[in-house]
Amino acid sequence: MATAAPAIASAPRRYPALIAFAIAQPLGAVALLVVIAMALAATFAEVVAPYDPLDIDFGAMLAAPSPDHWFGTDSFGRDILSRVIYGARTALAIGLLSSLMGCTLGAALGIASAYFGGKVDMAIQRVVDIFLAFPIIVLALVVVAILGRLPVLGVDMNLVLAIAVPIVPKVARVIRSSALTIVTMPYIDAARTAGYSHTRIILRHIAPNVAAPYLILFTAFIAQAILLEASLSFLGLGVTEPTPAWGLMLSGSASDFYREAPWMILFPGLAISLAVFAFNLFGDALRDYLDPKFKT
Amino acid sequence: MRTTVASAALAAVIACSTSAVAQTPKRGGTLNFAISAEAPTYDCHAGNTYAVVHAVAPFYSTLLKFDLSKYPAVEGDVAESWTISPDQLTFTFRLRDNVFFHDGTKLTSADVKATYERLRNPPAGVVSVRRASYEDIAEITTPDERTIVFRLAAPNPSVFQNFASPWDCIYSAAKLAEDPLFPSKTIMGTGPFKFVEHVRGSHFAGTRHDRYHVPGQPYLDGFRGVIFSQGAAMLNALQGGQVLAEFRSLSPAERDRVAGALGPRLRVEEESWVLKLTIAFNAEKAPFNDPRVRKALSMAIDRWGGSQGLSRIATLRAVGGVMRPGSPFATPEAELAKLPGFGRDIRAAREEARRLLREAGHPNLSFVLTNRTLAQPYTPGGVFLINEWRQIGVTVEHRQVETAAYNAAQSSGNFDVLLDFSNEFMDEPNNGLTKYISSDRSPNNPARAVDRDLDRLYDLQRRETDPAKRNAIIREFEALAMERAYTVPLLWWHRIVATHTHLRGWQMSPSHLLGQSLAAVWLDQ
Repeated sequence: MATAAPAIASAPRRYPALIAFAIAQPLGAVALLVVIAMALAATFAEVVAPYDPLDIDFGAMLAAPSPDHWFGTDSFGRDILSRVIYGARTALAIGLLSSLMGCTLGAALGIASAYFGGKVDMAIQRVVDIFLAFPIIVLALVVVAILGRLPVLGVDMNLVLAIAVPIVPKVARVIRSSALTIVTMPYIDAARTAGYSHTRIILRHIAPNVAAPYLILFTAFIAQAILLEASLSFLGLGVTEPTPAWGLMLSGSASDFYREAPWMILFPGLAISLAVFAFNLFGDALRDYLDPKFKT
Repeated sequence: MRTTVASAALAAVIACSTSAVAQTPKRGGTLNFAISAEAPTYDCHAGNTYAVVHAVAPFYSTLLKFDLSKYPAVEGDVAESWTISPDQLTFTFRLRDNVFFHDGTKLTSADVKATYERLRNPPAGVVSVRRASYEDIAEITTPDERTIVFRLAAPNPSVFQNFASPWDCIYSAAKLAEDPLFPSKTIMGTGPFKFVEHVRGSHFAGTRHDRYHVPGQPYLDGFRGVIFSQGAAMLNALQGGQVLAEFRSLSPAERDRVAGALGPRLRVEEESWVLKLTIAFNAEKAPFNDPRVRKALSMAIDRWGGSQGLSRIATLRAVGGVMRPGSPFATPEAELAKLPGFGRDIRAAREEARRLLREAGHPNLSFVLTNRTLAQPYTPGGVFLINEWRQIGVTVEHRQVETAAYNAAQSSGNFDVLLDFSNEFMDEPNNGLTKYISSDRSPNNPARAVDRDLDRLYDLQRRETDPAKRNAIIREFEALAMERAYTVPLLWWHRIVATHTHLRGWQMSPSHLLGQSLAAVWLDQ
């Protein structure tokens, strides 16, 4: 017992993953807190928001920030704080779904490209090259203009798809490079020799090994998806009035009244910036935390 | 701030109006003005957007025109004088002797006849949008080169004012004989300006027609109608003086911005507009085939309250029925308030609306409101409506679509409820009421309803030449239309035109389609 105690004391302390992450990446932890706060606000918007975000009150039109309306009101007299809180729901729903769809599709293509190689790899990579040639906003604009709208449970699935499409080639390229190092591993050769199916090899032996870059990309692209959703809504191709959405709050009547009511653009603008910054910071921290190269 | 700007603008208007009356028009200069859309055609007879009128009206004349200082009175344009038979079935016009086309040929009664024949009975391939307006004309004769006679098959009190329609550009009979489609390809009329060029997406340009029939006019050497697809760019150009006017309308916020920047150098004129937003319920689809549902949805709208709020942010203002408030056939306010959807007690109206929905078996109704993507006034109108319907437990999805998709939904009936508009150039029931009669008679009504009671009343007023009796029939028509609620008015638009003060001679009117020949416009510089 007397000899064992010093040995235990000298071993590195093992913290729960979240605490370990917070210690290793304090900025990332702060970003994670912001993300969690945003998620909570979005989930419990009905409880958190002081007003119904759709309620028009012409008597309170363009009211400046005050104890009654902390962020002021817009040209319809709607409470901006409530609309920002509900807007988090729109941003997160579309951001998460788009990023999930885009990253998953991209990862599948990247793994298939690396695993099958040859003509499959060539074909996939050339298509990826074509898509990468278009700026992300242009590609999303084209897709949303062609597809129109398809609301499902209040979320426009075509908008989600439009935002996901530009994410796919970027993720495919990154995941392919990660997967290429894995497909040359002896255990993959062994699996092939053992006669395992392609599906089993991909799902059991390759996919788990690209989970780290996938998670990092997923987090980073949530920020981009939120920004893209805001951009499309600002351009009139995203969500429509009266849905509370940050990008939409910056356009429409805000562009008419921002001179006399700057709070109409200030707070949704801050919300977009904060959300994008938080997701980016968290994504970077996660990358640093998960990547062994950065640990050294 | 807004009050101050509006007051300053009003003062400027009064000051400028007074000085404009006192001053003698000056000759010369080129007017640059904004047109906020591209004209889809040069042919007035086929046109249905103001962009056509604003672009091509300076090149053409019409038989009559509205005297905007005494609207809705009309005066002669190429017509010098006229007589109307006591039975109101024969209209005889004497034409001016000094009207010349831009190619130098003299206008005769044959040109006017060819124009109206094309309007009422277009040859194959020619589109005449307002064909129905002249369906009562039985015969057009030309006893001599300066006389034209229109004989009607039945009395129609609207025909005379229709001769002042800005859409009825007079074309050359010889050119029409060569090619009935020539007006859609070439601009050549008898108007105050001769066509110079049209650069698509950029501008229309015209130069003075020296043989214009009004002595001394036009005062301008020429004009340039600059096409703007972006409202912000147009506003910057107006503020910077690159254009001196946009003759359709600005929004209240745009007015305040430009008035604030230009101060006394800007004249702002406002007037109620012969233009309204209407709500069309698709009567072919359940539950909108149930009159209780339609009536409930109309009753839930607080038009009076909405008018006060929306008028500060949108080009919407007056509460009115089927005819424009303040116009000869408008419903007095006290009478209007008795109609469903126009009552002052919104609490009671919404209670009744909820009861009607419960009775119809749709207490938690949800549907899609199809709307245009245009900011003014469609988006505020849609947002307002959705809020009003929420008050009675109705959930609405707002589907804003581009014009092509909107038109497709309207013509195919692929919509639940449509935020529509009614745009006329004058306050004439024969035109305005077509929004409410059966869809198989009026393509103007998108509600896809057939109601012969409304059709019968429409026809009765259409033939009634006694204004008092006609007014009574229109009131009956309106009461029935609001009760059955296939299509109901939301609010009437409010026109706001801002012009630089050195632009003179242009006259404000209740329609953005009138007074755009620019013949009397001059620059005080």
